[in-house]
Amino acid sequence: MTTAISVKNIGKQYKIGAAETKFRYNMLRDVIVDTVSAPIRLAKAMIGRSDRRLNQNYVWALKDVSFDLEEGKVLGIVGRNGAGKSTLLKILSRVTEPTTGTVSVRGRVGSLLEVGTGFHPELTGRENIYMNGAILGMRRSEIDSKFDEIVDFSEVTQYIDTPVKRYSSGMYLRLAFAVAAHLEPEILVVDEVLAVGDAEFQKKCLGKMGDVAQQGRTVLFVSHNMSAILRLTQEAIVLNKGQLIMRGPTQEAVDYYLSSGQSQAGERTWEADEVPAASAPFAPISLKIKERGGKIVDTVRSTEPVTVEFEYKLSSPVTGLRVGLYVGTMRGEYVFTSFDTDSPALYEKFDTRSAGRYISRAEIPADMFNESRYTVGVNASSFGVRRYFMDENALAFNVDISGAPGTQWAEPRVGPVRPRLAWKIEKIG
Amino acid sequence: MTELTKHEPHTIYIKPSKGLAALNLRDLWIYRELIFFMVWRDVKVKYKQTLLGMAWAVIQPLMTMLVFTFLFDKVAKLPTEGIPYPVFSFTALLPWGLFVTALNQGSRSLVAHNNMVTKIYFPRLILPMSAVFSGLVDFAIAFVILVALMFYYQVTPAWNLLWTLPLFLLLAIVTALGVALWLSAINVQYRDVNQALPFLTQFWLFATPVAYSATVISAKWQVLYFLNPMAGVVNGFRWSLLGIGNGPDITLWVSTGISILIFVSGLFYFRSMEKTFADTI
Repeated sequence: MTTAISVKNIGKQYKIGAAETKFRYNMLRDVIVDTVSAPIRLAKAMIGRSDRRLNQNYVWALKDVSFDLEEGKVLGIVGRNGAGKSTLLKILSRVTEPTTGTVSVRGRVGSLLEVGTGFHPELTGRENIYMNGAILGMRRSEIDSKFDEIVDFSEVTQYIDTPVKRYSSGMYLRLAFAVAAHLEPEILVVDEVLAVGDAEFQKKCLGKMGDVAQQGRTVLFVSHNMSAILRLTQEAIVLNKGQLIMRGPTQEAVDYYLSSGQSQAGERTWEADEVPAASAPFAPISLKIKERGGKIVDTVRSTEPVTVEFEYKLSSPVTGLRVGLYVGTMRGEYVFTSFDTDSPALYEKFDTRSAGRYISRAEIPADMFNESRYTVGVNASSFGVRRYFMDENALAFNVDISGAPGTQWAEPRVGPVRPRLAWKIEKIG
Repeated sequence: MTELTKHEPHTIYIKPSKGLAALNLRDLWIYRELIFFMVWRDVKVKYKQTLLGMAWAVIQPLMTMLVFTFLFDKVAKLPTEGIPYPVFSFTALLPWGLFVTALNQGSRSLVAHNNMVTKIYFPRLILPMSAVFSGLVDFAIAFVILVALMFYYQVTPAWNLLWTLPLFLLLAIVTALGVALWLSAINVQYRDVNQALPFLTQFWLFATPVAYSATVISAKWQVLYFLNPMAGVVNGFRWSLLGIGNGPDITLWVSTGISILIFVSGLFYFRSMEKTFADTI
């Protein structure tokens, strides 16, 4: 077996805090001095002699990551937000350069970091296929030969000569993914594209990725969707704070990743530096699981209601904000999703949330969960506008089923929920 | 990519680049079709959803020419070496228009396509290059207008010099690309470029013999004046089309030299900054 990707001691350093220098003015004099010297600073900075560099802080988005990947293998990459997954993919697809280390990549890398890059709203579907194909590195003749296949896959055949600005967002994304999916590089890098489109189309995408892997191409797959990772990959690596902390069969890696929240015992807090800048004005503070008495717990009793408290801060007013929970199993399947403005009354009352600190608190009723361990993900978004923050694996908790329905039989029950159903037994004959 | 799949896969080594990066012309060649597509897209999209469409390519230089004719011919009565002023200024507005479009689009090209820069690998040089080339379509349209104007004013082209026109066009492109390489790369980090561009183009217009003849500059300042590479280009255009001016002399070589200097240094500056584009844009 030949090695397709060989990563050696890769590190990537980013500058942070550059924005702070803007707020260092105390006096008008400073402002004037600064303004006058600005062109000189600019010139200095351009030739790389900026004195400002000294004030800047650096963070390592990736540090000392090494791994080899054989040709034809599919490798999953899991890790929390900010763990360095995207940075790693960006380095492998040559979007950005590593600060340290080397990578050798055998063959061409096709990236699905973001589908639809280079799409122009004024161009028709047909024109965008050519444009986008060229951006992804396809030759014109290659696009010609795959054109029909791409159109078929995208399911937008009848609108192919309509400007894409008239497309629905679903059509747009399907077309974009179709182009990217028909690129045939030796190495395919996929990041979160499965967030695209409806369930039916997602299935098709997963199928396409499976095909790619079958053809003996090397695939690197990043997703927060654990069931997709489990289905598509045999092996996975876990990244944490820029470091590779584990590599193993996917099932083991996923278990390791999902249970790494364990030590936090019913509470997860976010430090300021853990919150991506892009989530502003939203900033998560803490997520807590509480039992009936208000105590923070790691293990809850299935026969009692559980309270989930998500505390966060808004630095400016947000319209249409909804803060929600995703509860899922350790296998990556969702059990349910719920948002704090699900009820129409709250939806209207909290049309716009002013700046300030908030707690969104949900009570999960008793007799909900089966015996197992569950993950809690949080999400803050304005529907159809943008997603501010998302952490699909913020916290995990255990469920103890003593006293739950059916515990008189000492046997495990399948299924993530264990409801107390109102059975009636009638004798009819 | 077909090139790559047909043969044994090519191994790429990714590591921190040091010093002045090599130009990597190989990748530029592999991605050559992208330049074509980018130009095609720019042209296609430029006049979409406008009432007058492609007519703008005609109206813009024509209106400038009319304003110049009124101001500098009727009011200021500047000398034009015997050429009717509209033809005299329009000849200069051709390369100047190309240069301004290229400069403006080129300098903003990286920032304007930041979603491409941060998500996909391709030789970044393609962005300013295609921005500069897409100005050629407007140039071609304006050229037809010039021919009509010359016909109308019965100006005979300088037939024996016409073959030099492509060379001056090339010089205009090299100059515009050189400046665009510098400014687009700087613009990634310092958006001051966006603010400075309108001022820069205006200033540059006055420093270039578009509205007036370079002969109004006194002899002792000539060489200094031609440190502006566009002065050489504009003069060259007038010389090869209208046969006025004194052809290639020391001033043209000064302009050409500066132009090449800007281009080559721009190329290396761009390449050395390229690795940081995706992080700082």
